[in-house]
Amino acid sequence: MTPIHLGNNSDATSTSSKSSSNHTQDRNQWPHGFLPKEQFPAFIDLLNQSFDEVIGPRVDQGAIVYDAIRSASELPHGWTDVQSPGVYRLERKSSIDDSRIDPSCEEEYFGYNVGPHSWKKYLFPPLTTLMKSKKTTDGWQMEMTAEPIRRRVLLGVRACELAAIAIQDKVFLTSGTVDPIYQTRRNHLLIIAVNCTQAASTCFCTSMNSGPECRSGFDLAMTELSDGFLVEVGSDAGQTIFESLKLRTVTTDEIDRGRTRRARAVDQITKRMNTDGIRDRLLSQLENPHWNDIASRCLSCANCTMVCPTCFCSSVDEVHELTDDEIVRQRRWDSCFNVDISHLSGGPVRDTIRSRYRQWLTHKLATWIDQFDTSGCVGCGRCITWCPVGIDLTKEVATLCEESS
Amino acid sequence: MTIAPSLSPVPQQGSWQSHPAEIVSILEEIETVSTYRMRFRDPELARSYRFKAGQFNMLYVPGCGEVAISHSGPPDSDTGDFLHTIRVVGRVTEAIRALEVGETLGVRGPFGNPWPLETYRGRGFDVFLVAGGLGLAPLRPVVYQLLKERDHYGRIGLLIGARSPSMLLYSEEIRAWESSGIEIQRTVDRADRDWHGSVGTVPLLIDRLRGVRLDRTAMLVCGPEVMMHYSAQSAIRLGLDPSAIWVSMERNMQCGFGHCGHCQWGSLFLCKDGPVVRWDSAFSKMRVRDL
Repeated sequence: MTPIHLGNNSDATSTSSKSSSNHTQDRNQWPHGFLPKEQFPAFIDLLNQSFDEVIGPRVDQGAIVYDAIRSASELPHGWTDVQSPGVYRLERKSSIDDSRIDPSCEEEYFGYNVGPHSWKKYLFPPLTTLMKSKKTTDGWQMEMTAEPIRRRVLLGVRACELAAIAIQDKVFLTSGTVDPIYQTRRNHLLIIAVNCTQAASTCFCTSMNSGPECRSGFDLAMTELSDGFLVEVGSDAGQTIFESLKLRTVTTDEIDRGRTRRARAVDQITKRMNTDGIRDRLLSQLENPHWNDIASRCLSCANCTMVCPTCFCSSVDEVHELTDDEIVRQRRWDSCFNVDISHLSGGPVRDTIRSRYRQWLTHKLATWIDQFDTSGCVGCGRCITWCPVGIDLTKEVATLCEESS
Repeated sequence: MTIAPSLSPVPQQGSWQSHPAEIVSILEEIETVSTYRMRFRDPELARSYRFKAGQFNMLYVPGCGEVAISHSGPPDSDTGDFLHTIRVVGRVTEAIRALEVGETLGVRGPFGNPWPLETYRGRGFDVFLVAGGLGLAPLRPVVYQLLKERDHYGRIGLLIGARSPSMLLYSEEIRAWESSGIEIQRTVDRADRDWHGSVGTVPLLIDRLRGVRLDRTAMLVCGPEVMMHYSAQSAIRLGLDPSAIWVSMERNMQCGFGHCGHCQWGSLFLCKDGPVVRWDSAFSKMRVRDL
């Protein structure tokens, strides 16, 4: 196969492209096709030839993380994850006895749930240089630094993660001020979504109306079957790739099998959060003594905010080059759990874990709605899994709002 | 490729670009507080730069960091100069104090919502400014503007509180304002032997106000949070509507455009939804400890 060219996307002008509206149109207008498993490695090769970088899932240090994928052999074929509050473990699908596993699909490429990474790190990088200052005889000279444009494929984006990207689009692009770093990276992205065919015990996307099925915000969406992938087009760019793959049309049987597999994910989601009126319910509980109870367990380690696909707090550090005459400003991810984030000359505003956890939870689920007209939570469950003491926000919300969960 | 959603009508670039500005002069005001006159090095920027009373800049000392400082000089200056009155309270302000006339630092701005003068101008409103300590600095541009547009307002009052007589900011200039028709009242927490004025906190000055036209008065308050809280309560006891009272909030600010998350106060990003906040919005939040 020859590399695919998707037209000139070397600048940010594509924001006005007509394809932006396509995601909301009737999905059935877009073609569907079948990609046999044997052809999948060649598909990954084609993506690598056509883009600067293909980012996808791979096993690293006992977890499935997102990193550069050069060939299909690097994908977590046959692996799955077992998750619960404070627990994450990788297993070979063939070696575990779990009713959640579809026996017909033990050797999947995408047979896992979400891991500690989110795609956020490719759009809102954890560490990035903003500006350089140089001291001259005529005082300081300051100039912004620009990063080279990288055309990236995000491979294996889940429905909850598409929702998270849409939320960060609101934060960094459409809430009044544009983040140029985010914008440039966002405009050079090909998103290949993969529908979930299973769920972790920590998943609750159905409560947040963000999944598990991918409905919009992708170029291509795939559903993995035992013998291949159902491929669905979601944009003009996706259409270009779809056409170059010359896929055969899907059979009724394949459509049914895909539907059945996607339904497995829905059936496996047991965690719930009641989001009816959640903004008002939570904001009426700012003085609830239960915040103290959470604070007695929370370590304020910031893990939940680091793994959260929507958290966006950052801080800027001064980095000295060899001398004091050249200074670089670097933006890094920060967290509302770090005491310094509310630092004032008189001391931090939120100097207790109680106030910091309350800030995180009420921002995520309540005041975020005021700010961005959407919840800040997509129900991916990462904050539950990666909390070292297993705090489960859905349970805390239920207790705070005194529900019989 | 998947396309980011279309942008809002007037997208602003969230710029971290700081621009070198020269310190033109330094005036020592009171102990640990000095006013810096600054001018952008870039002549075009110096010419075009405008701000409104109540807005702030991010001042940057390379290698040390940035700090949010309110404008304390006249808006619409035709020289291109702007003023910042700065108290030495930490690392960055300490580094600014070490700078001398002719040296440069970085400036980004202006940021934030200004004081709501446009709401009251030309409608016969009385305006009372209430300042605690260094809180007078962000209100000084208001004084300049009110004096410049004197005919557009009714009675203008300025209530000032300071810890001690020697901590009263801009005292020379205030005498000039007084003779320009601004009612000035001062109070100190601790008097000295030469002090013949009021002793006590600023809200007491509000309690003593007479002849306030309740439906035609706006109050702009700036100072420590507790001072603003009690001042607003005094004003409400007097009969002012909460929607006529405005406070300027201080929080850690880093980006200035609502992206870094530091300055959140409930649903507000105080860098862009503030720092000036109407009391009916501020009240419920100020009641919650550590919000």
